[in-house]
Amino acid sequence: MKIIVSIKQVPVRDSQLRIDAGGRWIQENDLSFEINEPDAYALEEALQLKEKHGGEVIALCAGPARASQTIREALAKGADRAIHIEEEHLTAFDTLGIATMLAKAAGPEKPDLILTGLQSDDLGYGQTGVVLAEILGLPHATIIMAVEDNGAGIRVKRELEDGWFQNVEMPLPAVLTIQSGINKLRYATLMGIKKAKTKEVKRLTVAELGVAPAASAMIEKVYLPQRTKQTQMLGGSAKEAAAKLVEKLKFEVRVI
Amino acid sequence: MSGSVLVVMEQRGGAWNRMSWETLAAAQQLAVQTGQTVTAAVVGSGVAGLAADLATKKLDKVYAVDHPLLAAYTADGFTAAIEQLIKHAAPSLVLFPHTYQVRDFAPKLATRFGQVLISDTIGFRVDAGAPVFARQLFQGKLNADVKPTGSAPHFASIQAGAFRADQLQPGSAAVENFAPTLSADQIRAKPLEPFRESARAVDLTAAEIIVSVGRGIKEKENIPIVEELAKALGAELAASRPICDSGWLPMERQVGSSGQTVSPKVYMAVGISGAIQHLVGMKGAKTIVAINKDANAPIFEVADYGIVGDLFEIVPALVEEVKKAKG
Repeated sequence: MKIIVSIKQVPVRDSQLRIDAGGRWIQENDLSFEINEPDAYALEEALQLKEKHGGEVIALCAGPARASQTIREALAKGADRAIHIEEEHLTAFDTLGIATMLAKAAGPEKPDLILTGLQSDDLGYGQTGVVLAEILGLPHATIIMAVEDNGAGIRVKRELEDGWFQNVEMPLPAVLTIQSGINKLRYATLMGIKKAKTKEVKRLTVAELGVAPAASAMIEKVYLPQRTKQTQMLGGSAKEAAAKLVEKLKFEVRVI
Repeated sequence: MSGSVLVVMEQRGGAWNRMSWETLAAAQQLAVQTGQTVTAAVVGSGVAGLAADLATKKLDKVYAVDHPLLAAYTADGFTAAIEQLIKHAAPSLVLFPHTYQVRDFAPKLATRFGQVLISDTIGFRVDAGAPVFARQLFQGKLNADVKPTGSAPHFASIQAGAFRADQLQPGSAAVENFAPTLSADQIRAKPLEPFRESARAVDLTAAEIIVSVGRGIKEKENIPIVEELAKALGAELAASRPICDSGWLPMERQVGSSGQTVSPKVYMAVGISGAIQHLVGMKGAKTIVAINKDANAPIFEVADYGIVGDLFEIVPALVEEVKKAKG
């Protein structure tokens, strides 16, 4: 099975975010970055499928030069090679533009399966995988919690709302968006980290792929959310704050 | 602005998804400001009854999109059918409730029109007669105003709870039957019957007080710290998704869009940042208490009481104070 995993690099989860001077994105220069969490599960699923069925895992990433760190980590965990669409100004592209460049890079590889996380932790549109499938003319399934080979194709377990699931049978090639928690993530081994240095990373540019920066949905402004409630912040030492909260729970909320 | 707003409603097995009504209310409010009309579509097989129900709302028209191949949801079937409806009805804006099903097909549909779905929006404002949508970035830490550009139709989905279904205007609308052209070989995926893993042993929806734990707890070995608080308060213990993903607590204790939706008297979120997938499962709680080290965590936006600090100091102090108060 030849599997492409599309991964994205995002600011680390606990980042203190500040809005940039233009007011349309965040200041990125002092942040640390990591693999988008659902994409980490997609990569792990690809590695496990390869271990079971043989084949090849290719990590595909569109991002600036700094994304090469995330790509190296994917190679260290076991991806066989990588494709890096190197572009410093990805914010000029909307999801359709990004998915188009991913499709142009992935298509010629003729993969059996393309996996990606169900959404990104930064923009959170949750649609790159679906759009990628449509551009490539492939069937897709989203929010996947299990993937198995059923001889004729694959059988996947989709997560629905409120604890419901649904199995779906589909032919290959196909695109799946993977839900966090589908598997247990591995750590890169020392040997893996060493090997990663010798693995192939193919670099492509957006110009080579022939994708123009067009946006059908444009961010006009980024801002701090309004509080919907008047939050009473309880300060002081841990003991003082705890005592204040218990008083509120006893006399205002009346549950103690 | 001329044209209409088309709402694609969601139903399964003849029952409405309640988020559809919230989206319809959003469309009515938007149309008042843009001077447009609102139409709505129900998609499935044998949907005449649902269409008649929908026609009791203030709408310009109801489309009953009916075909035997739409009996079970498939991305291929629904995309093809709604694509044909949009070409027929020519709306300027198509709105969806942001459900798991919509997440599965609406981006595909928008791609066919050279557009992207402005997904999971929480509100809108009208600027020069056209809508600008507000949506969350970075798991709710920031918001962004997103403007649809390029030629219509534009596509957006509405987050659960962002609009109120009880503000829906009643009325009377004509029903137009729309039979899309579909063939079985267009539909590549074969969906099987939906199922639940097992009967739930824990019913969090009945709990008066819930103490819920998130990533801030750091490791499995620390879970007893919050367990003790739950015990002292006589509360049920719950968790955010990552805790259950890691197997630190069983899946049946998960609160959020993929877990249980709860509305207890008190919901105490300990070390939970408040990603939207979690908030939709608990923001109906009467009183929300948040304990988090990050003062900018989105959980504080919905909290009635907040403590910023180290949960490993605050929670044990709280256990002691609760015990003291209970005598």
